Amino acid sequence: MSQKIFAPWDDPNEKPLIRFENVTKKFGDFTAIDDLTLNIYEKEFFALLGPSGCGKTTMMRMLAGFENPTSGKMELAGKNIAGIPPNKRAVNMMFQSYALFPHLSVWENIAFGLKRGDMDKRSIAARVEEMLKLTRLTKFAGRKPHQISGGQRQRVALARSLAKAPKLLLLDEPLGALDKKLRQDTQFELMDIQEGTGTTFVIVTHDQEEAMTVASRVAVMDEGRIIQVATPDGIYEAPNSVYVADFIGDVNIIEGTAKPTGDGVYSLAWAENEAPFMATSDVPFSDGQKAHLAIRPEKISITTEKPEDAKNAVQGSVLDIAYLGNLSTYHVQLTGGQIIKAQTANTRRLSRRSITWEDKVWISWSATAGVLLEQ
Amino acid sequence: MRRTSWFNVTSLTLGFAFLYLPMVLLVIYSFNSSKLVTVWAGFSTKWYGELVQNDAFLDAAMVTLKVAVASSTLATILGTMAAYVLVRGGRFLGRTLFSGMIYAPLVMPEVITGLSLLLLFIGIGLDRGVLTIVLAHTTFSMCYVSVVVSSRLVSFDRSLEEAALDLGCSPFDAFRLVTLPIIAPAVISGWLLAFTLSLDDLVIASFTTGPSSTTLPIKIWSAVRLGVSPEINALSTLMIGIVTVGVISASLISKRNAVKAQQDMQAAERGAT
Repeated sequence: MSQKIFAPWDDPNEKPLIRFENVTKKFGDFTAIDDLTLNIYEKEFFALLGPSGCGKTTMMRMLAGFENPTSGKMELAGKNIAGIPPNKRAVNMMFQSYALFPHLSVWENIAFGLKRGDMDKRSIAARVEEMLKLTRLTKFAGRKPHQISGGQRQRVALARSLAKAPKLLLLDEPLGALDKKLRQDTQFELMDIQEGTGTTFVIVTHDQEEAMTVASRVAVMDEGRIIQVATPDGIYEAPNSVYVADFIGDVNIIEGTAKPTGDGVYSLAWAENEAPFMATSDVPFSDGQKAHLAIRPEKISITTEKPEDAKNAVQGSVLDIAYLGNLSTYHVQLTGGQIIKAQTANTRRLSRRSITWEDKVWISWSATAGVLLEQ
Repeated sequence: MRRTSWFNVTSLTLGFAFLYLPMVLLVIYSFNSSKLVTVWAGFSTKWYGELVQNDAFLDAAMVTLKVAVASSTLATILGTMAAYVLVRGGRFLGRTLFSGMIYAPLVMPEVITGLSLLLLFIGIGLDRGVLTIVLAHTTFSMCYVSVVVSSRLVSFDRSLEEAALDLGCSPFDAFRLVTLPIIAPAVISGWLLAFTLSLDDLVIASFTTGPSSTTLPIKIWSAVRLGVSPEINALSTLMIGIVTVGVISASLISKRNAVKAQQDMQAAERGAT
């Protein structure tokens, strides 16, 4: 039996868990969310990614019930939820500051939400124990929030928000307060818990690496609009705009005019007295249309000799080398002044480096390595 | 070690002398065996003994205590509510006016507050007595409570309340179960402040008092007009003692809590795995 790929967004029969339809949110004259339409499906791990002030937190607060949309429709499991207060929604939130109740113990923090329902005492205790075990906090059940470390506090916040088994869990920059190493470990822990419980997670983050690691789909936002929604590899390899390409990871953008040469291949005239670059594109471009070629640095190879069979090759000199341990990034200046970044994996230990500063080098890439973008 | 300059020593001595010399004199003379207040005639505790048998003073003390407990409790409830609305209510029409008005009694001369309350009580035909003093004290002390509580609420992490709502609390439950326990120290110190203010108020109480509701400050004031008696010195010494014990224990408790919280925090960071 072949494993089914998890992609409910491609299935037209699948009903979304959350539906935003032309949702607009204004604070006075300021438009935080601008006519936004979006579907999020059950069991998804959905990431809202964008710079601060792009509206991602407002979207999350609307889902939690702390804000109401100015216009448009918001549905959870087929029911309109606009106007329903936060305490009447099957949605829980994990706060950026964790918002643990300082006067209650870890156990009481986790039990807080359960006690608000009509659950009997024994089931509450059983559920709290289950949550403590899930987040490996059993030892700390009796401690107060200020008696445990930052990482443990983060897990208490997660356990508390999961305890009521919500249909939807919102995570507002959940790992922002942790240091890098702990953050990476916790990302995998989050994914395990999300898969284990089958809860739909919506995470807000400004850290693109985090979004790429944990999410099944990523929405890149800017100024209250969603620019692109796609799987992490879709966002990275096939961005729909220069903004997205630039926001996610490192990228070289080369501006020029496109000219179709047949079979979905286009030539891009990018500088006078230079051979045009060849690139494939699914999106058609007309003759003379302005285009941007976006290529990731790791898709560009760097050599001292001119490569024989490369579709695109251009000469330049090494301006800078950034050594990152596992990778090295070369900044190569072309004769026209443009700087192109090329990245190579350091598969061998650096005893002798073949390329160094000021060297004349060739950089090259294939026709399918880059993406042609209109804007 | 830092050298002590003569300037520092002088200013310290002067300051403390201004603050405490009168009180020290009062305490010393309360143990004077002579009936003449200003003539020392040896150590004695007889005035304390006479004080215990003086029914007029004891009655006045009871009235004062009742008034203080009732008015500070009322003022705490009203003041906390006002502070909550002012800090949390967001922007509403007349908010600035309202928040300015709630602090007005802080700077209002007590004579005017007392007089206007007297006019009100006469106007609505309320017989003056313990009830009118309680109402009057509540009026002027609730703004002190709201100042103390609102300064705590401003630094209160709003997301704690949102978390409570998110976990299924009604807004009232969120206040009762999360906000109130956390701001409790501020509410308690607001209550203590209101209690002390009520305890030593003379001006407003004398405007709003009636027969058979003489408070201790009024009693002392009228007694002193006939001449200072050593009995009053003894009474005042007792009041100083009570206030001192209260203030010192309150500050010790809060300091111990702060130290303990810090130790816990350090232990948690060390033991983090």
